Amino acid sequence: MPRALITIPASARRGEIIEIKALVAHEMETGFRRTQYGVVIPRNIITQFVCTYNGVEIFSADFHPAISANPYVAFSTIATEGGTITCSWAGDNGYSHTESVAIRVG
Amino acid sequence: MKPDGTKQTTRREFLLAAGGMVAGIAIEPATAATPIGASRTTAGVAATLQAIRKIVGDAPVNKGKVTLDLPELVDNGNAVPLTVRVDSPMTPTDYVKAIHVFTQKNPLPDVATFRLGARAGRAGVATRMRLADTQTVIAICELSDGTFWSGTADVVVTLAACLEEL
Amino acid sequence: MNSRSAALRRCFGLLWSSSGALFVAVLAVSSATAQSAGENVPAGRHSGYDSMSRETRAMQDDDAANPGTLWVLDGEALWKQKTGSAGRSCFDCHGDARASMKGVAARYPVFNASRARPVNLEQRINLCRTDQQKAPPLAFESRELLALTAYVGRQSRGLPVEIAVDARTRPFLEAGREAFNRRLGQLNLSCAQCHDDNEGKRLAGNLIPQAHPTGYPLYRLEWQGVGSLQRRLRNCLTGIRAQTPVFGADELVDLELFLMWRARGMRVETPAVRP
Repeated sequence: MPRALITIPASARRGEIIEIKALVAHEMETGFRRTQYGVVIPRNIITQFVCTYNGVEIFSADFHPAISANPYVAFSTIATEGGTITCSWAGDNGYSHTESVAIRVG
Repeated sequence: MKPDGTKQTTRREFLLAAGGMVAGIAIEPATAATPIGASRTTAGVAATLQAIRKIVGDAPVNKGKVTLDLPELVDNGNAVPLTVRVDSPMTPTDYVKAIHVFTQKNPLPDVATFRLGARAGRAGVATRMRLADTQTVIAICELSDGTFWSGTADVVVTLAACLEEL
Repeated sequence: MNSRSAALRRCFGLLWSSSGALFVAVLAVSSATAQSAGENVPAGRHSGYDSMSRETRAMQDDDAANPGTLWVLDGEALWKQKTGSAGRSCFDCHGDARASMKGVAARYPVFNASRARPVNLEQRINLCRTDQQKAPPLAFESRELLALTAYVGRQSRGLPVEIAVDARTRPFLEAGREAFNRRLGQLNLSCAQCHDDNEGKRLAGNLIPQAHPTGYPLYRLEWQGVGSLQRRLRNCLTGIRAQTPVFGADELVDLELFLMWRARGMRVETPAVRP
């Protein structure tokens, strides 16, 4: 059950700086952990995060194994117009997930 | 190789760190003893500097403008909340292009790269990171004029008392 | 709650250090006002939340940042999913969980007539699955069961814990109390020795909490995921080198019952975040 949560303000004034919080379920296995039998648990992480606002990229991030499990990132953008904010995550083993929320700008 | 398995700091590496080729970043040599049971893999000074060089190239890294908000003593090294803020007006001609985060004593030096831009409005980003040991976290920002600025924060990390089997 | 409990603790500490007689008097007063004689509940009860750093508390308080929210959202989806040979969803019987499940988790574990003993929330959900939905029970610590208990628990957030003590539950409560006070394991330690006698002090750098399970299932940073109270109890037992009962064992549920009763009146925090 891939689960992600994008949180933005319910509405914003044009030109207002708003905060976007993005949370996604992922174990972010570092590749450095071993089982109690000494076997390395293979790396499995999200490596890329991209956020677009009505199709235009406004923020992106590269994640390395040092980003915690269930990665969280909070950033800001200027509310220019109503529309859609879309967050995409991609990573090892062909992982990819996309989630969108509507933004109301008055 | 030292008896506890950590890499001996070479004279060259020490000079690189001490000689200020990457000015303004306090990176202490990896001479601290590894606690029993902790991961023996640490990036070390050379690898951290190399990772920074890969991002920054030959440009000097100035000290300032970057503030890291990190707990001084973490509740748990698996998820340490980090906020990085940069002193920047964030106008179309003067803004933060990217923020890069590094550690020295994690197995790998790179933590994350965040790409902002003038549309961000505010020069700040928050996330949660893993810290393998007590160490210094380094954040380097790249401004629109091509200059690099850095800030650091020291964090103390302990192990949980009652662990379960993996 | 922060400053009040911190003030209480300072008060308590002052009395302890200044006069032994005064200390005994305070203890006598607190015992008299307690609902059951002979327990060792500190004068000021406080949640593990109060001992966490500002940053970790912020993680719990912000639903947008709390990783437990992901499990709550999963539970919300599962609540509406038809399952079993009866083809029923939780919603089909219970309707909107925000109304029907309000206050439920705050009362668990609860006496169950068909089992003739108290059951915890996980077991109750599985009873619903087998008896009403005609579906196989969900495995303990499975993502689905954690998601449903997190979702149901979330509907009690902010409400006070309320455990019914009556002729039926009393023997199990006493069994749980006895387990809490019994020395166990190779390290020969009882729960009470750490969580009553030494709470607030440090064990290997970590602060010992009073151990009130007000936030379960919770996101434990150490686990990097959500887990149940029983998972945490088994961690503790591993820590003192004792045998760990299987998930769902009677002795674990009895202990859960006692711990929730010991936390009566404290606010539910599900889904909490803890180190």
